[in-house]
Amino acid sequence: MSTADTDWDGVRLHVVTGKGGTGKTTTAAALALALATAGRKVLLIEVEGRQGIARLFDCPPLPYAERKVAIGLGENNRAGQGGDVYALAVDPEGALLDYLAMFYNMRRAGNALTKLGVVDFATTIAPGLSDVLVTGKATEATRRRIGGKESPHVYHAVVMDAPPTGRIGRFLNVSTEVSDLARVGPIRTHADTVAKVIRSPQTAVHFVTTLEEMPVQETLDGLTELRELTGGAIAPGGIVVNMARPAVLGPDALAAAASGSLDVGALAAGLKASGVGDDDHLAADLAIELKEHALQVALQDRARTELLKAGRPMYELPMLTDGIDLAALYELAATLRKQGAA
Amino acid sequence: MSAQRLELDRILDDRRTRIIVCCGSGGVGKTTTAAALGLRAAERGRQACVLTVDPARRLAQSMGLTSLDNTPRQVDGADTANGGSLHAMMLDMKRTFDEIVEAHADPDRAAQILANPFYQSLSSSFAGTQEYMAMEKLGQLRHADEWDLIVVDTPPSRSALDFLDAPQRLGRFLDGRLIRVLTGPAKVGMSFMGVLNAGFSMMTSALTKILGAQVLKDAQTFVSALDTMFGGFRERAESTYRLLQAPGTAFLVIAAPEPDALREASYFVERLDAERMPLAGLILNRVHTSPAARLSAARSLAASETLDSQQEPSATASARVADGGASNVGVSNVGVSDGRAIAAAALRLHAERMQLGKRERRLAEHFTSAHPAVPVAEVPAQPEDVHDLSGLRVIGKLLCEGF
Repeated sequence: MSTADTDWDGVRLHVVTGKGGTGKTTTAAALALALATAGRKVLLIEVEGRQGIARLFDCPPLPYAERKVAIGLGENNRAGQGGDVYALAVDPEGALLDYLAMFYNMRRAGNALTKLGVVDFATTIAPGLSDVLVTGKATEATRRRIGGKESPHVYHAVVMDAPPTGRIGRFLNVSTEVSDLARVGPIRTHADTVAKVIRSPQTAVHFVTTLEEMPVQETLDGLTELRELTGGAIAPGGIVVNMARPAVLGPDALAAAASGSLDVGALAAGLKASGVGDDDHLAADLAIELKEHALQVALQDRARTELLKAGRPMYELPMLTDGIDLAALYELAATLRKQGAA
Repeated sequence: MSAQRLELDRILDDRRTRIIVCCGSGGVGKTTTAAALGLRAAERGRQACVLTVDPARRLAQSMGLTSLDNTPRQVDGADTANGGSLHAMMLDMKRTFDEIVEAHADPDRAAQILANPFYQSLSSSFAGTQEYMAMEKLGQLRHADEWDLIVVDTPPSRSALDFLDAPQRLGRFLDGRLIRVLTGPAKVGMSFMGVLNAGFSMMTSALTKILGAQVLKDAQTFVSALDTMFGGFRERAESTYRLLQAPGTAFLVIAAPEPDALREASYFVERLDAERMPLAGLILNRVHTSPAARLSAARSLAASETLDSQQEPSATASARVADGGASNVGVSNVGVSDGRAIAAAALRLHAERMQLGKRERRLAEHFTSAHPAVPVAEVPAQPEDVHDLSGLRVIGKLLCEGF
């Protein structure tokens, strides 16, 4: 597959958000694998201290350091033949020390501040301040170059497993959040630099959802909030529908199953032909399962229609009944790539 | 190992139960569970009040309320034949905080605090304050004594543990050493002065560098205002804690049968134990069960393959569900009375459901083998979303009576 012509050419910072339980971390990881074609380096960043990435890639807990965790999806969707996927867990404390060391050469002072509870201070009294440190690390990695000003970027792309939908607007709207607190001063300047990257066409915010009513509503609300909070300055990305259950029957049979008018006699005959027979009214019980499935498919279709109203590119990942391991991640990555997300 | 069954009706009916706290990681159905338990308690004769903290206003939807405004409102439609009643309220975090300030400071001082940029950031942010204000509100409702059962839905924290940590963190912070430094060295104890002399200038210069002088000044003003006003936030946090440790409180840990949610649930159970908080049990939401559990996944899949092999090759290919990608494609529109095609589809669907159920069971067993003393109640996955009282009633019945 050609590495050009994805829906997000030109985007280098992919922010992935979603309601809790929708598979935000899994999707971010799959996207990172899909973006890491041969010869490219992709950085996957975790910001909420859950160590979800380490568990997904089955490696020891991530420190505040960029570590290689996997090899990306190669050409022709071959697992393990792509570029390198690095991962980094950013916490506000580490980001503060990093910030002090990087801009003021003051790591020692930073350690003293940590002991005094300055990080507690930041996260408690003004989450905007800790958010700017965390997003600052992500934008720094996005802008980082191998050498001088015109040299290539270190990372082809950065994927951030961001806070959930309910918090994403404020999390990304760093310069406004901070400017309420600091009209001038170094943290303000830093926030403005971060905001410039986040508000550039290099950044896109993707929303992960399942095809259920509440996650769909939160996705639409989140998109609206992002637009209203930032006056449209932060570009919305795509919507990734996760854990979709494909329909096992066509529309007519599904409609019959949903209304309870499915021909149970025909189903029983079919079961007999399959060799399992129809002991203990198996056909009637399986008809109940088909009915529930049909209701769920109808619900999913309604959810899709709602999501389409947002007018964003949509991608769909299937429910994997065996859970998520590395092989499953490659499978999801291939699915995302096939649909043009990477 | 099979878990002990969590007898929720006994907890709801026990008049000594005054507070039920529903906690767990995001997206596991906490709000719905809290609402369903509140409704069931009310219909069994309790004067119940459901307190939700969720900014998505989900409870409002499921309870048919259009606005929830920081005071409990009666929920219409609950069956009051047994003498109970149902109220619900949605926490307005900022308003709760404003009310505390207005109640504890003279009007001028209050206005000054309310206008401070740090106060505005603190009182409307989601981290920590929400948890603290939820506890504050719970304390107020409990103190008002108008309800004999309060069901609390905890904030959608990134992790279930935030809920326990945040009130203490805020209390510790407002009473902490940093505050002493910010409000002036005069307040710093002698032992700490020694440390300060060594690092004070370095630290203030660092703070100024990170924050800027004006920010530091605003923070100082805000903190000293709060400090004189409260005179000991920690005490408030501690009384909240004692309220939660009291025998009339029952903690319910909510989880979905997913590795992450159950891991959070595990941590939470251990944490509650360490804090001597009364844990009532685990609620496992969205469990996949089957009315045809006697037919195993393997046999079901084999039977569907038998049917596939009996059909024309082209029909076989199109009847197979497209793997991944956009769903709903690749399924032929089989006739409604094409018994074999329907049976093949039903068998594949059943195999998948059994597989999912088996995996969930394994995850639940892991939890139970780690926490054998924790009783468990399960709720099967619903084919459709719950958004009205009758839906909540069904959930309540499944929760309390099993299925």
